Amino acid sequence: MDYNDMELMICLASRYLEDDSIVVVGTGAPCAAAMLAQKMYSPRLMIMFEAGGIGPQLPSMPISVGDSRTFYRALVASSMPEVMETCQRGLVDYTFLGGAQIDQYGNINSTMVGSDHQKPKVRFPGSGGANDLASFCWKTMMITPHDPRRFTEKIDFITSPGYLTGPGAREAAGLPPGCGPYKVITNLCIIGFDDQTKRMKVESMHPGITRDAIIDNTGFELLWAEDLAQSGVPTNDELKCLREEVDPYRYIIGRG
Amino acid sequence: MVKLLVLTEIVFTQHYGLDPREYFRDQKPRKMIEKLTTVNQAVSGLINDGDYIGVGGFGANRIPTAVLHEMVRQKKKNLGLAGHTATHDFQILVAGECVNRCDIAYVVGLEARGLSKIARQAIESGSIDITEWTNAALTWRYKAAAMGVSFLPVRCMLGTDTEKYSAAVQIECPFTGSKYLAVPALFPDVGIIHVHRADVYGNCQIDGIMVADLDLARAAHRLIITTERLVPNEYIRRDPARTVIPYYLVDAIIEVPFGSYPGNMAYEYFSDEDHLQEWLKAENDPDTLSAFLNHHIYGVKDFNGYLDTIGGLTRLQELRILENLIEK
Repeated sequence: MDYNDMELMICLASRYLEDDSIVVVGTGAPCAAAMLAQKMYSPRLMIMFEAGGIGPQLPSMPISVGDSRTFYRALVASSMPEVMETCQRGLVDYTFLGGAQIDQYGNINSTMVGSDHQKPKVRFPGSGGANDLASFCWKTMMITPHDPRRFTEKIDFITSPGYLTGPGAREAAGLPPGCGPYKVITNLCIIGFDDQTKRMKVESMHPGITRDAIIDNTGFELLWAEDLAQSGVPTNDELKCLREEVDPYRYIIGRG
Repeated sequence: MVKLLVLTEIVFTQHYGLDPREYFRDQKPRKMIEKLTTVNQAVSGLINDGDYIGVGGFGANRIPTAVLHEMVRQKKKNLGLAGHTATHDFQILVAGECVNRCDIAYVVGLEARGLSKIARQAIESGSIDITEWTNAALTWRYKAAAMGVSFLPVRCMLGTDTEKYSAAVQIECPFTGSKYLAVPALFPDVGIIHVHRADVYGNCQIDGIMVADLDLARAAHRLIITTERLVPNEYIRRDPARTVIPYYLVDAIIEVPFGSYPGNMAYEYFSDEDHLQEWLKAENDPDTLSAFLNHHIYGVKDFNGYLDTIGGLTRLQELRILENLIEK
């Protein structure tokens, strides 16, 4: 079956979420990936939403992380402090974030473009819960289109922490140790983070994508895995589930 | 450091030199008296120009739309706002040019629906003084206030520009030596919350997620409640485990059916996505926006008048069916 970039990223992302783990997601592609994972691979995946929904049986894609779908047939309709404190206590395994800019250490900007904070050239929503989730969840994943404006050497504003300035920087800043960026899933490749340097390292390239294409679309120097692999492709079963059950109105996959 | 202190002074709410305990002792009603009023009177009597406002719910979910519209109609000015996933609520107050400072966690966006052009312009033009926070940080700032303390230690924001442009301060745990960020208690002058049911004294019950409203209700100096339904006190007493806001926190109570429209009200009605899109599109042209606001806000007397402009009970019934996932 043919597929678009958005479908590819969602399918690949969904394979990382295993049974009996907890993931906090926002709306959009992350939520689609979690729903797909739950239907295809990990029926016991626990999905949480930052406004308070815990363990819903999502009937459809939520429009807001606080709308009533996020606690439909849920285990708990709780509160924002309840979910955020659960994250701060170390119980949440995964989160998914997006952003306007990302650097080689996985720091994310979702606040502004420009140099004057009080008068930005372009204003974005801000952290919302992103900084909290990036600070607290054990593994932070990102789903993002890959282009040189997004993957940039220096981001205009660090909204949410990746590895900050490199090894040990999160811990030195006072963030809980042992967590941080895990995978970045783009329309070109899957990127991990090097153990020693905490810099982005390409782990697999999607079918038909060249090393040069990835380099041309990245504003900083990437590391490359020695055993550089080819990424998988969406299976027919995944695409069928994604199109018919997860996102039948193509709210998300229609953007791909 | 100097810049941070300046930001601290202009943006986030102060205690005005008064111990909040004294305010609560002197100003909060202990007597269980009836507090019914109208939206018009609550806004004119309890919200002053320059006040700092905390809005309940979450962006376009369980928001007190009737009060927000009335603030716009009464042309409230120079308000401060806790931008705790403030989406449609922020959009309404910006359209009315009511806000001049904001503690931001999430504004200008309407989540999956897109970005509000006028909200963006308001910040990009520099007309609103801003600081940066996170949803958890603002929630915990309410919580500190609700606990009656002046700050809480938290582990988010550290090491980022979000921290740099907040008014939070790094501290060390006196027991373990660990680094924490101290976030200051947030006591809004006015909290505004829409609930599912309340009695005439202000004992309130909310169905579904609470977001940050438990703490907002306790942190606010003055608290305005709108409720889908007024219920007899006997109804509250039958199931007290569901009461989340007791009467002594509440200063005004108004029954406003469909009061979160065009937002979602859990178990009652879904958000009106068509209307929210229409609003976003109207922002592309100043004349269109002006006509839109006249039609829906300035040109109507009250919230029921607004509901008439969007299709009245016929439209609301559709949203109720949508909320309850009823296949027809």
